[in-house]
Amino acid sequence: MMQRVAELLRALGARVIDSWIWRLGFASRFLWLILKESGTSFRRFHLTIREIYFAGVLSLIIILVSGLFVGMVLGLQGYDTLVRYGSAEALGVLVSLSLVRELGPVVAGLLFASRAGSAITAEIGLMKATEQLSAMEMMAVDPIARVVAPRFWAGVISMPLLAALFSAMGVFGGYLVGVRLIGVDEGSFWSQMQAAVDFREDVLNGFIKSLVFGVAVSWIAVFEGYDAPPTAEGVSGATTRTVVTSSLAILALDFVLTALMFRGA
Amino acid sequence: MTTINLVEVENVTFGYDRREILKDINLVVPRGKVVTIMGLSGCGKTTLLRLIGGALMPDRGEVRVDGRPVNRIGHGELFALRRKMGMLFQFGALFTDLSSLDNVAFQMREHTDLPEALIRDLALMKLQAVGLRGAADLMPSELSGGMARRVALARSIALDPMLMMYDEPFAGLDPISLGIIGRLIRQLNDSLGATSIVVTHDVAEALELVDYVYYMSEGKVEFHGTPDQIRAGRHPSLHQFVYGEPDGPVPFHYPAPQYRSDMLAQ
Repeated sequence: MMQRVAELLRALGARVIDSWIWRLGFASRFLWLILKESGTSFRRFHLTIREIYFAGVLSLIIILVSGLFVGMVLGLQGYDTLVRYGSAEALGVLVSLSLVRELGPVVAGLLFASRAGSAITAEIGLMKATEQLSAMEMMAVDPIARVVAPRFWAGVISMPLLAALFSAMGVFGGYLVGVRLIGVDEGSFWSQMQAAVDFREDVLNGFIKSLVFGVAVSWIAVFEGYDAPPTAEGVSGATTRTVVTSSLAILALDFVLTALMFRGA
Repeated sequence: MTTINLVEVENVTFGYDRREILKDINLVVPRGKVVTIMGLSGCGKTTLLRLIGGALMPDRGEVRVDGRPVNRIGHGELFALRRKMGMLFQFGALFTDLSSLDNVAFQMREHTDLPEALIRDLALMKLQAVGLRGAADLMPSELSGGMARRVALARSIALDPMLMMYDEPFAGLDPISLGIIGRLIRQLNDSLGATSIVVTHDVAEALELVDYVYYMSEGKVEFHGTPDQIRAGRHPSLHQFVYGEPDGPVPFHYPAPQYRSDMLAQ
């Protein structure tokens, strides 16, 4: 019996080391290589701009539409709760703080992971499977500098901008429902929001969150693509892993960052 | 110092994990010649090509290109050496987001400061050499297999390499494309003053165009010689390979338990 338990523990340990610790170490080395080879991404910024278009601009529709609907739902739900306490005028504060502090970075991050992160992984994985990365290397061009780093930085730059747009659209959605549809006083809606939302405490912290999520999603996406086995199943598995790992990373990091940023504030 | 042989592979052994793919390989490629490495699928031909290109490192032995040991030089020196090498991958490996012209111009843009107009002219000249100047604006998805292989060939000669490596250049081509690629390999080698290594299992085409042949089997060089010596070769596995006999030293059946016992097993 004891022997079987020991064997089970040994197998579990081996699995954790092989599939988690080893991969984490490899991913960390990979991140270091990306940072080391990032010169090209900024010297030849048009390479990064092109990727910002694919990762950021093409994600705009889903981000803006989702932001609008999330804001509208917040308006409805927020009004329903606030009106019970006679403070419906505080709707603007509720909508904007929820979006700027939490929902903007988190939901935009989750959408970014599924829309752009999966695309980055699939593209790099397929480039590997069709030997395009090997061909590049044989042409004395480092694929990490030419392919991976511009995509990584494009993700890092796009993510905070998308989160900001998500929040802005969400506030507009809240305004449409709260003020235009339900009839909350427009002056109170905007003035209370202006008075309660602090730039450093709320906006800047939200920005930092979205930047951290941008680094996490882009890192996971390029790593999974580069590490994908060069087969159809390999690329599809890597794409799934990007979405799952990125989403879990965003939620876990959000908890840690929230705990650090908003302690009793 | 210029050596007679552009490529020298000396006592090279290589394996993935514990499985040995190449066992004590010795071969040389003289300057200006077209040398082919033939053998069955999975005998280690492509691995050998990757070792020569420095994409893999041998477990033992040494690979020298232009007198420099590929497996002992630093990253920078290896990349400098690779600028003088061209490689044609089995399925072309064209960059799917770039047009034919941009694929050919890729290396020129990455490694030179030439003006854009000149790069365009040079790329068109390379495409003209493979007969596809008219396809300059087509994307890889719009090219047939043979055309893609020719664009990839134009791309690999973009910087006039001293060493050309071809990985299964004839695989999956129709007879006309196959003849065109074979002719281009010879022509480009002679007009560029380059040296070429062709990895293939297409016996008829290879024996027509090359100067020297290395025949590999199960990770070892079994036989080497001129095409005529290969045709006349008495080595049993080589004979079976050259004349495409279905059974012989290379068995038709993959190793398996006894047929009878497999059939009667529950």
